[in-house]
Amino acid sequence: MSTLVRELKASYAFIERNYYIVKRYWAWELVWLVYTVANSLSISFIGVGAGQVSGGTGIDTSYLVLYLAIGTIVWRYLSVIFYWVTDVVGMERWEGTIEYTLMAPITRLMHMLGQTAFAVLYSLVHTAVVLAVTVLFFDISLQNANLLGFLMLLIAGSLSFIGISVFGAILPLLFPERGAQMTHLIIAGMLLVSGVYYPVTVLPGWLQPFAYLSPATYVLDGARETLLNGADTTSLWPFIWPLLLMGGVAIPAGLWAFREAERYAKRTGKLHRNG
Amino acid sequence: MPAHTCALPDPDVAVRIHQALKTFGDSGWRWPSGPRTAAKVAVDHVSLNIQRGEIFGVLGPNGSGKSTLIRLISTLLLPDGGDVQVFGHDVVREARRVQTLINRVSVEASFFKKLSPLENLMYGARLYGLGAPEARDGARRILIRLGLEPAVLEQPMEEMSRGMQQKVAIARAFLSSPILLLLDEPTTGLDPRSKREVQTFVRELRDTHDATVLLTTHDMVEAEALCDRVAIIHGGRIVALDTPEALKAAAPRLNGHSPTLEDVFLSLTGAQLVEFVD
Repeated sequence: MSTLVRELKASYAFIERNYYIVKRYWAWELVWLVYTVANSLSISFIGVGAGQVSGGTGIDTSYLVLYLAIGTIVWRYLSVIFYWVTDVVGMERWEGTIEYTLMAPITRLMHMLGQTAFAVLYSLVHTAVVLAVTVLFFDISLQNANLLGFLMLLIAGSLSFIGISVFGAILPLLFPERGAQMTHLIIAGMLLVSGVYYPVTVLPGWLQPFAYLSPATYVLDGARETLLNGADTTSLWPFIWPLLLMGGVAIPAGLWAFREAERYAKRTGKLHRNG
Repeated sequence: MPAHTCALPDPDVAVRIHQALKTFGDSGWRWPSGPRTAAKVAVDHVSLNIQRGEIFGVLGPNGSGKSTLIRLISTLLLPDGGDVQVFGHDVVREARRVQTLINRVSVEASFFKKLSPLENLMYGARLYGLGAPEARDGARRILIRLGLEPAVLEQPMEEMSRGMQQKVAIARAFLSSPILLLLDEPTTGLDPRSKREVQTFVRELRDTHDATVLLTTHDMVEAEALCDRVAIIHGGRIVALDTPEALKAAAPRLNGHSPTLEDVFLSLTGAQLVEFVD
């Protein structure tokens, strides 16, 4: 059996294991999905109520609702990927299986491939449910939307988010007790600067440059072009190439950093300690 | 150049440990205001060879370095000095190759607790490149062979007793057919019947699969019954290494009685059996 085939089979172990975990925790998954949908709807309702709150007229409510809905849907998609990938170490520390997994004959590339493949599939299903409920709830028309372009943006955005998430996964490796909590700092920073619910131009000037370092900014801008304005796929390139570039840099850099962190943990004995 | 670096690997030597050193507590970096911790030597220039097909026991008090030694062999720790080879492959430079040859049972039965034994074993088997039918059949066969009822194979691990969980851990390690099996106190927490079943299975594995077994234990009866040779480790150093019979024969008689392996152990490691957590 060639090494590649064996490694690919080993990579599938993470997809299958995570599927089993989701199946076993089905009640929790249902609660999480309902929470996610309710959360997304409540943010979109801000758009419906904006006129009443501000007392202003001339607000295009449908546009504002869809603007906010795109924010919640895209952010949900990207943050779910982030949490699944950063949890690659955290969940195993919690269960106490980290040593068993890290002594298996599988490269970190294939290890991460399995975990991220599941993360993307899981997140796509979640996003589809949230999108469907939002469309039905607010009677949103997607007739002019370029759904193929939207999907391409999500996939391109996944790559760069995976790279950042692999960096995040290092924290529980280096800091057994508090590493998992530290990952929230990364996602909170991106939520603030990426224009999830507002244009980045409303941010203070000193904060705006950070928006261009966040892949979520490009996914959100591109998604709004496709779903709000029906931009065709070819016109999405200005949003897609920065995402591919970020992914192309962040994934190998993240894997390198993870390998170094793993060496550090093996040198100092931090794998054994359960946080 | 020392002889050990230029000699061809001996095919009859499963594990070769030469002057292995492992210290903890001084990573070389700390927060400016962080406390300075003294380095603790966990494995202190240990050298030993384990022959192919041998069941080799490592006995020692808690904190003596047994588990650290196993972690060094299983690529989970990097040695600070010396070298460790598994069937001629260096555990640092050829870690991936070594990982295909070994499997390990730790004293903590670590599992995804919501998953069933079969689901946990499927995960383990796939990590080692086994296909689904092969993994599922093998998992069922080994679990039932170890005395688990078919009905519990689909139940969450968290609903099982510690002894049953430990049997699943042993089955998971056997499933990948390792030629070197590292058993770190595998029978701790098992009842006498389960202990005996596991011991029989270890012997069976060695006899039928040409496997070499490195076993750490506190159970002197188990060590005597299973092990071809035994090393007694204390304070990170090997203080005795021989067959159980030879170790007993070399020890002084006590009140006219032949010493047991436990007597040998106590005389070599002192009265203080529990020093600190391993």
